[in-house]
Amino acid sequence: MGITLPVLILALPFAMFLILGIGGVKMSRKLAGVLGICANGALLAMSYTVAFTYFFSGETAYIIDGVRQQLQLFDVTWMAFTERLVVNIGFLLDPISAMMLIVITTISFMVHLYSWGYMEHEPGFQRYYAFLSLFTFSMLGLVVATNIFQMYIFWELVGVSSYLLIGFFYKLPSAVSASKKAFIVTRFADLFMLIGILVLSYYVSQTPADGPLGGASAFNFIMLNNNSANVLESTLCGTFMGGSILSWAMVFIFVGGMGKSAMLPLHIWLPDAMEGPTPVSALIHAATMVVAGVYLVARFFPLYLIADGSLLFITVVGAITAFYAAVVACCQIDIKRILAFSTISQIAFMMVSLGVTRPELHEGMGYMASMFHLFTHAMFKALLFLGAGALIHAVHSNNYTAMGGMRKYMPVTHWTFLIGCLAIAGIPPFSGFFSKDEMLTAMYANSPLWGAWMTMVAALTAFYMFRMYFRVFWWEENPHYKDHTPHDAPWQMSVPLIFLAAVSCVAGFIPFGEFVTWDRAPYHIHLDMSVAIPSICVAVVAIAFAAWLYAKKNEKPSKMKVAMPVLWEAAHRRFYWDEIYMFVTHKIIFNGICRGIAWFDRHIIDGTMDGLAAVTQFASAKIKGMQSGNVQTYVIWYFFGALLLAAITWICLL
Amino acid sequence: MDSVANIILYFVVAIAVTVFSVMAVTSRRILRAATYLLFVLISTAVIYFQLGYQFLGAVQIAVYAGGIMVLFVFSIILTRKPGEKESFLDSHRRAIGISVSVAGCILLLLALFTMPLFSGVSLSEALEAGNMITMKEIGNAMVGSDRFQYLLPFEAVSVLLLACIIGGVVVARKR
Amino acid sequence: MDLSILWYLVPSVIMFVAGVYGFVTRKNMIALLISLELMLNSADLNFVVFNRYLFPGSMEGMFFTLFAIAIAAAETAIAIAIIINIYRSVQNTDINVVNKMKF
Repeated sequence: MGITLPVLILALPFAMFLILGIGGVKMSRKLAGVLGICANGALLAMSYTVAFTYFFSGETAYIIDGVRQQLQLFDVTWMAFTERLVVNIGFLLDPISAMMLIVITTISFMVHLYSWGYMEHEPGFQRYYAFLSLFTFSMLGLVVATNIFQMYIFWELVGVSSYLLIGFFYKLPSAVSASKKAFIVTRFADLFMLIGILVLSYYVSQTPADGPLGGASAFNFIMLNNNSANVLESTLCGTFMGGSILSWAMVFIFVGGMGKSAMLPLHIWLPDAMEGPTPVSALIHAATMVVAGVYLVARFFPLYLIADGSLLFITVVGAITAFYAAVVACCQIDIKRILAFSTISQIAFMMVSLGVTRPELHEGMGYMASMFHLFTHAMFKALLFLGAGALIHAVHSNNYTAMGGMRKYMPVTHWTFLIGCLAIAGIPPFSGFFSKDEMLTAMYANSPLWGAWMTMVAALTAFYMFRMYFRVFWWEENPHYKDHTPHDAPWQMSVPLIFLAAVSCVAGFIPFGEFVTWDRAPYHIHLDMSVAIPSICVAVVAIAFAAWLYAKKNEKPSKMKVAMPVLWEAAHRRFYWDEIYMFVTHKIIFNGICRGIAWFDRHIIDGTMDGLAAVTQFASAKIKGMQSGNVQTYVIWYFFGALLLAAITWICLL
Repeated sequence: MDSVANIILYFVVAIAVTVFSVMAVTSRRILRAATYLLFVLISTAVIYFQLGYQFLGAVQIAVYAGGIMVLFVFSIILTRKPGEKESFLDSHRRAIGISVSVAGCILLLLALFTMPLFSGVSLSEALEAGNMITMKEIGNAMVGSDRFQYLLPFEAVSVLLLACIIGGVVVARKR
Repeated sequence: MDLSILWYLVPSVIMFVAGVYGFVTRKNMIALLISLELMLNSADLNFVVFNRYLFPGSMEGMFFTLFAIAIAAAETAIAIAIIINIYRSVQNTDINVVNKMKF
């Protein structure tokens, strides 16, 4: 494969960002929309070509004896600071990046199309498409990064585009603060990631320059992963607080992933990020950007495997987050918030699945399952978000209290949403069942504790999804429908829904183990009935429970709420995480630490500057009388000066 | 050994320059001061001739003594009634002026006489060392663009004079 | 008796300090201009003398003086135009009436 397609895949969305961003003001909405969608369609075609060529062509460049190869289609020097610090930019093609190419461009295209209908009447339509292109570019650059430094750059770029899109409705104070929150929290996490990168590359660069990890290879994924023993050796020189240096570096890098993937305790930005337009939530905050953390761990998996303790850390963080988010999702009213917490929970699922992966357990199938779930989750979660967008578009409210009985009015949305809910709940034959089953199998293989724990989370998932489904589509019709009858969305919005629903129906039958595994050798998926049957059972029970509570309007939910007021309130307020953050930042940091710093700034630093200005002013007031306007006086002084200079010169010469 | 005629000429010119310079700045009648300046300029032109720069002496007389002096005289006549004297100087300023110039004079003369640079080359030797400068050489140097040729300053001065004409007209015209 | 370089520089010095004295003490702007011409003339004379005695083979000093004369002419013309303009507005050419350009 030449370098034309890879370069174009990166260049096209960036060019679209520039064209729409700079020239968008002069374009009509229709032109900007069509341009954005067409460019994205071309991008989709190119990415599919690359990915399908990689997966299916069977050429020896891509697959040797069934083992898929990692290849860098190009990898050029970008910034050469010193001989030891060389940063490359390139295009890495391997199973996970090829899979991500498919995911990103598919969802991006669907969202581009959907936004054409959804955002039709919003001001700044062209700007919106420009930002979407910027995001697509950044995300593609992230997944194809050949080295950790390139990934970090694009990591920040997706953060920026996420910030721009969350704050798209910049006239709403809530959107502005949500975008700032998202940016600051993820940026704070990225600081740890940077520290991790620095630590790792510092120790790696201590190895001989002509060795496998010299020069630009100090950042390179393939070199680091293939020489993980050398990496471990180079970091053996010390420990810090009981952990090896490699473990600390990898955990720090993972903290960056925690920020982007909204793991506890850095999850607080994701629910607020729902202030952005709904298609943006579907693209960035459900399908692509938030799984960057999972992708990061998958990308560095060989290193995580040998950095003892780091996988356990990932597992614990993921398990706690998954349960927390699932509980909170049961008590939210805003349907986008429910989906946001569901996303957090599902990403945590993938994290746990990666964390429990060991090569000796089912040939490391947890890795495959995690990537499989990433793929299926991207499809059905984008579907759910786009469906929620259609609902919001119809009733102009995010809260399910304004909905109810929608199945009569919006049949397309209803059926596609139901498919999404069944998929996420893990009901066969929808896609979520297969990926979730694989993940649970991997967890049970590692430890029954994780398996049982995550089965419980899966039950909660089924419950809260069907709670929302029944509450929105069944329950009782909202009386306001008489004034404003909701109806199905225009074709631009329905087509993506139907497409994604179709994908969610069939994606489970993809033999994913043939394509993506941790060692890139094929793995033959087979259903483990001892895991599948209990998980189906708990899902069905949870759905039945949700139906019993919410299928018709009744008093049971409010009775339950009254019966457990503390629990309900705590879960509704997300277990007070935001309040804790507010306390820490405002009370402790702003009031405690920053006050002294502010005093120092105002009185010492500003005081010094003010003092300099005052001295200058005083001196100038004193000597300005010398500028009398009398030319002759000037000449006398000038002459004296000249004589003085002459005298000095003369003395020096003698 | 320089010729007696040269020495006598030198003394005449040197005394003229000294006396007329002092008189030009001390005379209270401004028209007389201008006349003394004219004498100084002509004396300087004579020194140029004596040093062998005939063209320069001619330019000095033509431009300075001819052109600039006419400007002076016209402006004096335009701004003064004939015979009007300048008011007396205040003694304070006069004292400053005298002290400044005496100090400058002493310092400069001291510097002159202590500089080891000047060997006792006489005028005749100096004149023999350099050949006579012909008009052809001057013309070539003036409009040539090689090393030690002055086309660029020549053009710059021409532009300057043009700007000066326009500026003079603009500044002085009646509104 | 030789006419060495010093013989020519001494009248030049006197001419220069006379110009300085005039510039510092006189009130009339035209007298100031006359003093200025004296100083300029003394500098011109120095250039020519140095050229003759120290670098007899070249003509740089002479050309410098030539251009200085041209520039002096231009400068004088402009100065006199300004003086006439001032005279027209305040009926006076004393230097102490034009001291408004200060702090």
